[in-house]
Amino acid sequence: MSSVKEEGKDRVIFVTKEEHETPSNAELVEEDPDDPYEEQGLILPDGEINWNCPCLGGMASGPCGASFKEAFSCFHYSKEEVKGSECLDQFRGMQECMQRYPELYPQEDDKETQGGPSETDPSKQDSAPEPTTTPAGPVHDSSPSTAPADTPPPSNSSASG
Amino acid sequence: MFSMIKIDFSEEKKFCPIPSCRNNLSPTSAGGQTDNTALWFFLRMEHVPAPTPVEFPSHAPYLLIGGGTASFAAARSIRARDPGARVLIITDEPDLPYMRPPLSKELWFSDDPSVVDTLRFKQWNGKERSIYFQPPSFYVSPQDLEKVENGGVAVLTGKKVVHMDVRGNKVTLSDNTEISYDKCLIATGGVPRNLQVIERAGEEVTKRTTLFRKVEDFKALDKVSRDTKSITIIGGGFLGSELACALGRRSADSDLEVIQMFPEKGNMGKVLPEYLSNWTTAKVKSEGVTVITEALVKAVSYKDGKVEIKLKDGRVVKTDHVVAAVGLEPSVELAKSAGLEVDSDFGGFRVNAELQARSNIWVAGDAACFYDIRLGRRRVEHHDHAVVSGRLAGENMTGANKPYWHQSMFWSDLGPDVGYEAIGIVDSSLPTVGVFAKATAKDTPKAATEKSGTGIRSESETEGTASSPVASSTPEPPPVPEQKDNYGKGVIFYLRDKVVVGIILWNVFNRMPVARKIIKDGEEHADLNEVAKLFNIHED
Repeated sequence: MSSVKEEGKDRVIFVTKEEHETPSNAELVEEDPDDPYEEQGLILPDGEINWNCPCLGGMASGPCGASFKEAFSCFHYSKEEVKGSECLDQFRGMQECMQRYPELYPQEDDKETQGGPSETDPSKQDSAPEPTTTPAGPVHDSSPSTAPADTPPPSNSSASG
Repeated sequence: MFSMIKIDFSEEKKFCPIPSCRNNLSPTSAGGQTDNTALWFFLRMEHVPAPTPVEFPSHAPYLLIGGGTASFAAARSIRARDPGARVLIITDEPDLPYMRPPLSKELWFSDDPSVVDTLRFKQWNGKERSIYFQPPSFYVSPQDLEKVENGGVAVLTGKKVVHMDVRGNKVTLSDNTEISYDKCLIATGGVPRNLQVIERAGEEVTKRTTLFRKVEDFKALDKVSRDTKSITIIGGGFLGSELACALGRRSADSDLEVIQMFPEKGNMGKVLPEYLSNWTTAKVKSEGVTVITEALVKAVSYKDGKVEIKLKDGRVVKTDHVVAAVGLEPSVELAKSAGLEVDSDFGGFRVNAELQARSNIWVAGDAACFYDIRLGRRRVEHHDHAVVSGRLAGENMTGANKPYWHQSMFWSDLGPDVGYEAIGIVDSSLPTVGVFAKATAKDTPKAATEKSGTGIRSESETEGTASSPVASSTPEPPPVPEQKDNYGKGVIFYLRDKVVVGIILWNVFNRMPVARKIIKDGEEHADLNEVAKLFNIHED
């Protein structure tokens, strides 16, 4: 049984696990998926890419932002059987750019020692988990996914998707 | 304006700025004395400021005043949405943008002796990060900003904006340079308040007083904590309590005495309901802090090599160093020249729901008094708010026209056993309803990070922010004190006119989305215990 205490204007309730196991009858307002005020995910309702999505970290805003946008846009709109297969040039361009900024976009082997600020985003959606080491989103496979499920293939491996 | 230029004829031509003068060094062109070695010219010239060294642009499409969290978030938002955007951040600090929470948390728990220089900290699980949002290579240099191909973000450090010409869309810096803009963000944050009794107490006291806010304050206080025997923190809110706990832990390995004093009855007295504030105070004490509650400082003086603090009730505290953590004064100096409204209730620049003050001018972060559609006009001084509002301002500066809607949150850890996340208005003067379960060993900030595997408890909410204070080399944390009422974990609802306007998640983590939803709905709930069920407080 729960116990209820009144401490002046403050009420305190202690509850057992069993009590909270019965479903809640609290009513929540239904969500509107197209609410323009809400924080959007990576893909907007109209199908466009939300470059300001916290899940991207700073990928779209850093020095290689332009080439990242080109590569990812190409991939996103790709209708090829192997998605993004026609985007190798863009990915190559992106990787070339990223190699110029190893501090911001550590390469695979530097991943372990590199922590810190590279492309970490100060704010992100509740639902998108994100590790601290968030450099080139597409390249890393051993760290938890930073980018959305359909992460484009890295340009330095065969484009097997 | 007259300008006097001396020309030394013993050298070749030289410094006369007027070409005809250089080529034809005739004394009759100006007038003045001649002699064989020097000639004084009196030249009538328009007042021309010293030629601007080619260091920074004369125009920035996006000008951000202030180099803190809100500014950085805005810069990122602008760059994401406006391809090729050229963003200039102007900060009077010497540092690139950095995050503030670790200055009173993680950095103190690092076991790296060079942490004061590196400003990097290792989470207890090994992951390391810097307080700086981005390393220097992320930024473009100010002089390249206008030309660099895809635009970028440049930071002008050590410069203060002292005047704003809204009609002319330009600002003036302390060195008289002018920079024009298309869109401007004011994210000037604030400066720590001080107690009048300290300000008036003379230099011997003020030089032993820290007003804690910036990186340099962290470095200075770190040094003080090693060089003195006693530190007293005045203030019982977030900053004061966090610093007290941080220094308290440090005192475990040294003979440093840590005292915290404040007017309220318990730590976080203005935030937590009394029963929880009392419980928190007990935790702070168990971190090695001598807590003096209901303490009103009457006078401070320097006597016999000690700072002497006299309280109104007659108690006297003698200490070596004082940290004043008594609030923040928002920096609104630009309001006058810019013709911007300052809010008389909350302080800060008054802006609308879209964070706009006037055409082309937005304000974000600690300095913004904004209209929150759901909760009413307010000003928020938390890290996540700086991020959320900075992002929003950046979006609106690039045409989004969105109001403040995504509610920001905040958190605090007071040692490894007490941590909470909060959202909305959490003012202890409001009626509250708290629903608690009994805590197990699994319910601590440390356990939360272990489970989520991210190393930063708040990462599920906002990335790159502070969390688990546990340093890997510390001994067993002090056991949770057995109390008659053990407020181990639970959820506390803050009510205004029967509607939940604020929620604290007490040692319950990764549930913020539910809390945010409840605040957003703004509904009256008949039974808050039913609402509490949504949080699964008994689960991990």
